[in-house]
Amino acid sequence: MTWCKILGMKSSGNHAKVEVRDLDFYYGHFKALSDISLTIRQNEITALIGPSGCGKSTFLRCINRMNDTISGTRIVGEVLIDGKDIYQDGIDLADLRRRVGMVFQKPNPFPQSIFDNVAFGPRVLGQVNNRRRLKEVVEESLKAVALIDQVRDSLDESALNLSLGEQQRLCLARVLAVRPEIILMDEPCSALDPIDTLRIEELMLRLKNDYTIVIVTHNMQQAARVSDRTGLFWLGELVEFDITNNIFTRPQEQRTEDYISGRVG
Amino acid sequence: MNSGLRAPFDREFAIIQDDLLKMHQLIDEAVARSYASLAGRDPELARQVIDDDEIINQLRFKIEEASLALIATQQPTATDLRKVIAIMHIVVELERMGDHATGIATTVLLMGDEPSLKPLVDLSKMVELGREMLDDSIQALINQDTERAKKIAARDDEMDKYYRAIFDELVDIMARQPDAAPRATYLLWCAHNVERIGDRVTNIAERVVFVSTGDMQELNIKEQQI
Repeated sequence: MTWCKILGMKSSGNHAKVEVRDLDFYYGHFKALSDISLTIRQNEITALIGPSGCGKSTFLRCINRMNDTISGTRIVGEVLIDGKDIYQDGIDLADLRRRVGMVFQKPNPFPQSIFDNVAFGPRVLGQVNNRRRLKEVVEESLKAVALIDQVRDSLDESALNLSLGEQQRLCLARVLAVRPEIILMDEPCSALDPIDTLRIEELMLRLKNDYTIVIVTHNMQQAARVSDRTGLFWLGELVEFDITNNIFTRPQEQRTEDYISGRVG
Repeated sequence: MNSGLRAPFDREFAIIQDDLLKMHQLIDEAVARSYASLAGRDPELARQVIDDDEIINQLRFKIEEASLALIATQQPTATDLRKVIAIMHIVVELERMGDHATGIATTVLLMGDEPSLKPLVDLSKMVELGREMLDDSIQALINQDTERAKKIAARDDEMDKYYRAIFDELVDIMARQPDAAPRATYLLWCAHNVERIGDRVTNIAERVVFVSTGDMQELNIKEQQI
């Protein structure tokens, strides 16, 4: 009996949404990622774990070319989304980052109203032209992150008045408003308490039906709870990548066993 | 409490619990059929019981693996943790009950065509009692009914009395008719298998109490082990 059968998952999994092939990444002369190859599947949650500085956030930012904003960086290899290399010439970066949204460690709402925060993306990208449709998009996005009931009567109030957990859900709503395909989450719960953390996890499990999610987390238990597949990064290498149940019950690599058991260093 | 925030745990635990109920059903059938093969001297039915034990064994492994995954990935605590740990114990007890049914069926094959030594009056009652106790223990588990679980231990005393009566009667027959010793021994093996089912049901009842209270306690300390 395999895990896949128990969980009702196909061993091959869903459609390969993101394929990374032989990826090296450099900050100047420092090689931060070495020979990374992995497949991120559609409608799954992929968790990336590993000690600080192992390259997992750097890897995450390769998927929407956020590293391009850092001078002196260089990439070798391929990152394909739906089979198309996002590092080839002529890629529309604004469109790429609409398709691949990102939520960060610390909630970072704009110092604007709740409504304007969520409406920001559709307005800038010109996705919505009339006020009524914009209101619908904002409300749908807030509903998708289970925030609408709390803020329905205070959409014009500052987003900064929300609690940290609510701010993080607002940031997620801001990403959803531009209808992305992939959501990258970089330590999205590290500033939140355990209950807000579980709320975000519950959201992720619901959202994966419509999106592909990649999460970087220091919290191994979170990776275990929420993800379908988990990858362990170590000193810029991908040590092991497998179905999450396998990683946490029968890892194949000693370094994975040591890391998830807390026997490191 | 069935909190939406722990929905993944609740969902996966429900699957495990469903499999446990399936396993209970298979065991109940195995016990009933093994006795039917004995009462009716039906070697074909006995062979079926032996063959089907593999299904029970596989289900046990499936439940154990799913429980392991649940602990590793969902980090249950308190009652949730006790529920998963209890199930990992209970599936072992259930699987061994399947082995007891197989033990009876194997004995039926050894008996061959030899006529029955005596009518199976008490043994039939033991089998019925064992099946009722098993059903009770599973219901107590599902409903977290500690009182119901504690009553099961008292019924195991009843089971032991039947067994002692059968034991005494068969030893007496062996003393009086040495030629009947093999046939008496076969029946004794069957009765012993049923008696052990009662003991294992009592172990399940102990786990029900553990889930509800956190206490690990023996519910039935026998005055005299046979």
